[in-house]
Amino acid sequence: MKTIFETGARGRGLDILPKLDVPEAAIPDSMKRASAPRLPQVSEVELSRHYSRLEKRSFGVNDGFYPLGSCTMKYNPAIDEEMASLTNFASVHPLQGEKYSQGCLEILYTAQKWLCEITGMDMATMQPAAGAHGEFTGLAIIKAYHASRGDCRDEIVIPDSAHGTNPASASMAGFKVVSVKSGEDGCVDVEALKKAVGPKTAGLMLTNPNTLGVFDRNISEITRIIHDAGGLNYYDGANLNAIAGVVKPGDMGFDVTHLNLHKTFATPHGGGGPGSGPVAVKTLLADFLPDGVAVKTADGYALSRPGRSIGRVRSFCGNFSVVVKAVCYMLSLGGDGIREASQVAVLNANYLKKLVCERYESAVDGICMHEFVLTLEGLKKETGLSALDVAKALIDRGMHPPTMYFPLIVHEALMFEPTETESPEMLEYASKMMKEIYDKALSDPDSIHRAPTKTVIGRPDEVEAARNPVIKFY
Amino acid sequence: MGRYIPSTRDELRAMLAEIGMNSVDELYAVVPEGLLCDNLNLPGGLSELELDGKIRDISDKNTVFKSVFRGAGAYDHYIPSIVKRVVSKETFVTSYTPYQPEISQGVLQSIFEYQSMICELMGMDASNASVYDGATAACEGIRMCLDKKRPLALVAMSANPMTIETIETYADACDMEIDMVGVKDGRLDIDELKGKLSNRAGCLFLQSPNFMGLFEDVEAIKDELSRYSVKLVLAVNPIASALYKTSGELGADVCVAEGQPLGMPMSFGGPYLGIMAANKAMMRKLPGRIVGRTRDDRGNAAYVLTLQAREQHIRREKASSNVCSNQALCAMTAAVYMSAMGPDGLRECARQCHSKAVYLMNELSRIGFSPVYEGEFFNEFASTCPVDKGALLESLAEKGILGGLPVKEGILWCATEKNAISQIDALISAVKEALA
Repeated sequence: MKTIFETGARGRGLDILPKLDVPEAAIPDSMKRASAPRLPQVSEVELSRHYSRLEKRSFGVNDGFYPLGSCTMKYNPAIDEEMASLTNFASVHPLQGEKYSQGCLEILYTAQKWLCEITGMDMATMQPAAGAHGEFTGLAIIKAYHASRGDCRDEIVIPDSAHGTNPASASMAGFKVVSVKSGEDGCVDVEALKKAVGPKTAGLMLTNPNTLGVFDRNISEITRIIHDAGGLNYYDGANLNAIAGVVKPGDMGFDVTHLNLHKTFATPHGGGGPGSGPVAVKTLLADFLPDGVAVKTADGYALSRPGRSIGRVRSFCGNFSVVVKAVCYMLSLGGDGIREASQVAVLNANYLKKLVCERYESAVDGICMHEFVLTLEGLKKETGLSALDVAKALIDRGMHPPTMYFPLIVHEALMFEPTETESPEMLEYASKMMKEIYDKALSDPDSIHRAPTKTVIGRPDEVEAARNPVIKFY
Repeated sequence: MGRYIPSTRDELRAMLAEIGMNSVDELYAVVPEGLLCDNLNLPGGLSELELDGKIRDISDKNTVFKSVFRGAGAYDHYIPSIVKRVVSKETFVTSYTPYQPEISQGVLQSIFEYQSMICELMGMDASNASVYDGATAACEGIRMCLDKKRPLALVAMSANPMTIETIETYADACDMEIDMVGVKDGRLDIDELKGKLSNRAGCLFLQSPNFMGLFEDVEAIKDELSRYSVKLVLAVNPIASALYKTSGELGADVCVAEGQPLGMPMSFGGPYLGIMAANKAMMRKLPGRIVGRTRDDRGNAAYVLTLQAREQHIRREKASSNVCSNQALCAMTAAVYMSAMGPDGLRECARQCHSKAVYLMNELSRIGFSPVYEGEFFNEFASTCPVDKGALLESLAEKGILGGLPVKEGILWCATEKNAISQIDALISAVKEALA
């Protein structure tokens, strides 16, 4: 379809602004740009239709099943959106002062309090804008903590099954990444961990359940090994949807965690963002949190700067309207509902796994948590078809594919995370489609290799895109 | 069953039976006994009607001002209605990062168009799909310019203090060496800059218009930087960029901006938009997502996430940045806003912001609030304040006016196209009343 630059005509536009009602102030020619920016020149109806067309060429949670592992694509409640866009939130200037922002501060305070209870932590900041930003913030806090004690530690231990952001954040925060091999079930190899820690260990980054969807039963021993070595434990909250209300990261021995409000707490992902990645910590780290922690005082709510704060990781108080949505979600569910959501997320994953594994091979046997990973290595050997081919064939059957080729320790991986907001019949439909693809892979592999065929484009040439990048219209 | 879970109790029991279990507790059999918590110390859930009432009550505790004369990093611009309607389309709101191009062409094309508009607006060669906000864009921009040979970033103290504070935090965490360059007459002290330039410096971070609203002499500064091949990371105002010299024309190697003025509500500070654009030489150092155009296996134009060899999910600890989620929907907001305003509308908006700020400055000046600094500014300026700042701003607030931001020089004022002459005149009357 046409781009917006090819839509409309010179001289077209909307009538938004009134005539200037004050004397026009001159701008020196030497300060002006040479020519006007070549922005679109479209009427309102053309603009409206352009984006309606783009919407039809996209796929959201509202369009169908979205079992993208590690991303927790649950339903995003309508009321949360409406509340976040209330004028009395949307029109508040971030610097209008505490006295005039009591409602916003109450939202931040409420979010901090609920998240601390859910994670078993003591204090939280809502400032980080996304999960990776939260990781960076948490690592900066760990770094500041060791530095404050004159303790020179520059290594972060990360299992090789971890999310890619973990090593990227650790290395960005100036740490050396010590990778430890995981067992076949993605769990930490305790003996390998013992060998990896030492006087340089600043901390461990871990998600539990791990990226294979397995709860690491040795978790208390693992966090103890790190503590005994003088390090701190960082919990990657990406997989919290398995255990919220059931197990608290704080009880597992973690000292700091980030959460993804756009995963566990049902805020939408917006085609890539905005997310929100609040960080919660135990008391020993509370003094290092970024500036702008919401506190309750005798006169109402206020923002406070912890004594040894790392400073700030962005402007103002974070992606505030995302926090409003998450607070709405938590208040809707209540403590019991949050626990129930996790339980059903785990049940749905196990149900889907049982059905799908009538044909496919699971990377790990037994009960999974909120997600599971298939390995299609066997199918590939037999038919030449890859995890990618199966994923593309799912698109033709009305589903968003699961996460592909992750975690890296599983060959030909497909990672399913159905979430709690899917019905049994949706899970049954998905498994039926998976089985149909399997059978087709054996009888007519070419038809799977050609997929998808019902989409607006076929498989794109990604190599060409990277070799000769065309990343703008003009 | 709880909110948003479709399954009935009976269906859940049937699913449990299918996997050979009697209760959900068995799902967590692997969790060591001592780690299980029985319940959260949190209240029960609210119905939608109760929630609606509760959240509205909380939001009513905020003050919404009838007129706003405060900026300092967040700006009260008019948002065309079509912008809000387009970006609340459910599929845009609920989709994930477009990992599957065949069913994500809409989101991918919207990002491609956003990148194209940013390149046009800023006069740059390449834009990414956004980062978190203006301050983090500044940090990432600086990081693009530093390496082992040039580990030092110079930072202009005339920039927004929150941006500077964010840079300081990143510098501590990322082991970046930074050196602050001071201010003279409201602008970067060029003599001090000259003394600090060396072959160890990778870049200068400069904001223009700066925190006091003043345009820096970017061309003179760029000349100095060129002597040592030091790169320029320039933070700009996106509305001003429609009218004033672009980052490209001013010789920026990396251009960053807080994109909130392009159609995002103030929303107590977020979500906003971190704009990042670069010249050709720096393109492959941009962090985060980038969308490119290619062809599909049928020969159609197709959009994909590209240049991913820079990114965390491929490179892990060797990635150029850890960015994963960005502000995609905010980038789309900016694109729809720029399309709704068009080239003429956006320039008119910039012209009105500037003219209204000049009018406001003249009117304030007449009643004893003189401008602190000389020289060209965009839509913000500092004035002296002959009375107690706190008391003055409180009395304005009682009349529904959010006055400028108190700063050490006096008050930092801001005007936008939303401030009709009647609002400005009402502000002046209110200030006069407070003086009397």
